[in-house]
Amino acid sequence: MTLADSQTTVLTRTTAVAPTRGLVEITAVHKSFGSLHVLRGVSLTVEPGSVTAILGPSGSGKSTLLRTINHLEKVDAGYVAIDGSLVGYRKRGNSLHELREKDILKQRTGIGMVFQNFNLFGHLTALENVVEAPVVAQGKTKAEARRRGLELLERVGLGDKAGAYPRQLSGGQQQRVAIARALALDPKILLFDEPTSALDPELVNEVLDVIRELATSGTTLVIVTHEMGFARDVADTVVFMDQGQIVESGTPAEIFANPREERTRGFLSKIIEPAFNI
Amino acid sequence: MTIAPTDVEQAATRTAPQAAGTASPGEGAQTNNAVPPALPPAPGRAAADYSGYRIVAARHPWRWAGTAVVALGLAAVLWSLATNPRWEWDVVAQWFTAESVIRGLGETLKLTVIAGALGFVLGFILALMRLSASPLLVSVSWTFSWIFRSTPLLVQMLLWYNLGYLYEKISLGIPFTSVTFFEVQTTTLVSQFAAAILGLTLNQAAYSAEIIRGGILSVDQGQLEAAAALGIPAWRRSTRIVLPQAMRSILPTAFNEIIGLVKGTSIVYVLAYSELFYTVQVIYNRTQQVLPLLLVATLWYIVITSVLSVFQYYIERHYAKGAVRTLPLTPLQKARKFFTIRTNARNLT
Repeated sequence: MTLADSQTTVLTRTTAVAPTRGLVEITAVHKSFGSLHVLRGVSLTVEPGSVTAILGPSGSGKSTLLRTINHLEKVDAGYVAIDGSLVGYRKRGNSLHELREKDILKQRTGIGMVFQNFNLFGHLTALENVVEAPVVAQGKTKAEARRRGLELLERVGLGDKAGAYPRQLSGGQQQRVAIARALALDPKILLFDEPTSALDPELVNEVLDVIRELATSGTTLVIVTHEMGFARDVADTVVFMDQGQIVESGTPAEIFANPREERTRGFLSKIIEPAFNI
Repeated sequence: MTIAPTDVEQAATRTAPQAAGTASPGEGAQTNNAVPPALPPAPGRAAADYSGYRIVAARHPWRWAGTAVVALGLAAVLWSLATNPRWEWDVVAQWFTAESVIRGLGETLKLTVIAGALGFVLGFILALMRLSASPLLVSVSWTFSWIFRSTPLLVQMLLWYNLGYLYEKISLGIPFTSVTFFEVQTTTLVSQFAAAILGLTLNQAAYSAEIIRGGILSVDQGQLEAAAALGIPAWRRSTRIVLPQAMRSILPTAFNEIIGLVKGTSIVYVLAYSELFYTVQVIYNRTQQVLPLLLVATLWYIVITSVLSVFQYYIERHYAKGAVRTLPLTPLQKARKFFTIRTNARNLT
């Protein structure tokens, strides 16, 4: 997508009807790892096409919450639904039937995920990384997937790196390939798990710029991040988590300028003050 | 580098007058890069310029001494191999390409290829079983490896060959009923060849299962997670994402196993199966030329192993794609590069 394209999408987003795909409803979700209670009754609704940033100290359950959305983590109690259908289960009468692997994989093709450590397939080139899932999971033809893959690499600014292996790319470039890989399935929801935490400071912006552009594309974005400035600029909703619970959520203006809760205030003061003033 | 400090001091004092001359234009790059014109050298300390010096490589006299000793030893060994008549090289040459030996070699290769291939396929399945979530599959796989790794191959081989003693007939039917589809005498089913393949394959599978499992464990968990998040099915995750990356740690050990198997096939002599080793035994029992004939077999094993080592090099190189930034040159490429540099140098002079 060029700059001109992104402007037209901004236009359509504000003028045309709101996106209808990509509603995430998380209801009273609990999750424990052994004796560690990581999520304690989390409920959150993410509107279609919106951008939600999840903030919080490490160990607060942000990443786990994100991973319940595409069923990489199975919830112990509560449920997650996408566009009204349950993630990982099927409702039949009064009981919930666990989905088979095949159906879970199908659900996941609608949800892209970008990891902190990129997790690019090291033995495949950038293009092969992007092409793999559309061919295998969506049954696209190789030619079609390649064409679309090159288009996506172009869009994240790596059109000339299609034949490069991940280890021949910088961290920022790897993460952009990973974003292209997630986009290749045309997901309605994109999950970002601390996408810039493993990057050198000077490489952070090239990745954030790509995400910023996606924010206007009508895809629902859920971003776990430590980049406060980015969250403030891009997110529609900011969610603050601590100790497995959502402490508060609201617009960036509300959360950053006027946090209601003491815990939020404490966290933000520790992180933001040296960086910029609000 | 012990002489460096005094050297540097000398160099510094020697270059001092030269550095002072940088103010005059047209002095050339040599002095320009020594001192930036804007900053005059600090008093009492002159900037050093080594650009006019000749570089003398460090000498390694002991390396040369060591090389000479080893070369001498090597020459002595080769000399004795060539001149001691008791090696009977003429007999070796006579039998090296004899028809019966070549036939035996063919059998050895056949056993190696079949048992190696089947062993690694079965080993891959066993490794996946061992890593599965089903406790039954895990324990079956574990038990398999346990049994076949804890009994001597010789015993396994004899057991398979004598299966007919334990079970006279083998039949296929519905268990616990009298319905049978076909029935066959065990001795006709389990020939020497079948017993050899069974023994070698099952034994090989037990070892390769562990090698493959180790390789799979060495692949980062994040790779599987990313593949799952992309909706890639489990079988494809194993074969396309994990296995190729596991290959890097599997291959060196796997080639160890295959090279071991080439020579390990000689154990089928207990079944009187005429592979390479059994063949030369038969010959030297008749001709009494024990050592030369053992040499014939040995030389062939060396040839096979050498060929396998070349394969190993290139296969490992193939799977190193993406794991290293730039692949090392192959010996061929190195040789080509060496000669092009030589010719270029000659053309220049």
